[in-house]
Amino acid sequence: MSLVTLAAGPGFEAPGPEDFKFPDIAGGVTKPMVLIVLSVVIVFGFYWLTGRRALVVPSRAQFAGESVYRFVRDGVARDAIGPEFARFVPYLTALFSFVLVNNIFGIIPVLQFPSMSRIGFPAALALMSWLTFNYVGIRRKGLGTYLKQVCIPPDVPTWILPILIPLEFFQTIITRPLTLGLRLFANMFAGHLLLLVFILGGDFMLLHGSAALPFLSPFAFVMGIGMTIFEALIEVLQAYIFVLLTALYIAGALAEEH
Amino acid sequence: MALAALDGTLNLVGYGLSAIGPGIGVGLIFAAYVSGVARQPESRNLLQPIAILGFALAEALALFGLVLAFVL
Repeated sequence: MSLVTLAAGPGFEAPGPEDFKFPDIAGGVTKPMVLIVLSVVIVFGFYWLTGRRALVVPSRAQFAGESVYRFVRDGVARDAIGPEFARFVPYLTALFSFVLVNNIFGIIPVLQFPSMSRIGFPAALALMSWLTFNYVGIRRKGLGTYLKQVCIPPDVPTWILPILIPLEFFQTIITRPLTLGLRLFANMFAGHLLLLVFILGGDFMLLHGSAALPFLSPFAFVMGIGMTIFEALIEVLQAYIFVLLTALYIAGALAEEH
Repeated sequence: MALAALDGTLNLVGYGLSAIGPGIGVGLIFAAYVSGVARQPESRNLLQPIAILGFALAEALALFGLVLAFVL
């Protein structure tokens, strides 16, 4: 990878895409796969434990579980989708919890890898959201009306339609899932790379640096810690943005007129 | 005098250039959000998802640049 050699000084191997490839643990299973399974167990366990004995007057655990659910229901689904929000809340809540747990893995000691920085996982999630909003739209209006509404915005002059129809179609059907998946992937990828640069750079300066470099390494570590806190913010924000956009796309597919 | 050899790609320079636009865009979005909330504090709940959505859309461009810098 030429980028790696570009950033590398003498002796220091700068982190690059190679750091996102993990060796097999056993039979083709790698660390990101294990993390995904772990995240499913955590999400399931959280909601099972907190929702097991649901009471009218909630216990503390039940309150914790319900506040995540309520955040997605009131903060995302109801605001974005409107009166029909109820049937999408389970999907959106599961999506939010799953993405959030996988992102947070990036800053948890020992795990320290956001599994969403492997493109396969966000791609699958984006595909699911794409199928959902298209299915909802086609089911509601029929294929013809749905496509017409997607491609033709109201109140535009006729002469511009030949340009506008392919553009609108391309924008809604093709770039939407692409940007949805890539946004999550690239955020996690860039964030993890940033942490690697500061921590591995500081490590190299401390252990192998000549002259004054070992004394400068604390600055790299302080930046690493600061960036870790910044990463925590980005990881929560990206999980929120992922469900918010999914909800908005569903809302767009359900809307009667623009 | 020997000139320092620089090998690698121009991709990173291109990525740096492509990050200018989204950077300005994100700044404008939050500037508008802040002044909107300052003028009318009760509109905060309405404006927040819109601002974050705009931020996400603008930021996506910068991240595409990053991905392309590694892919190309």
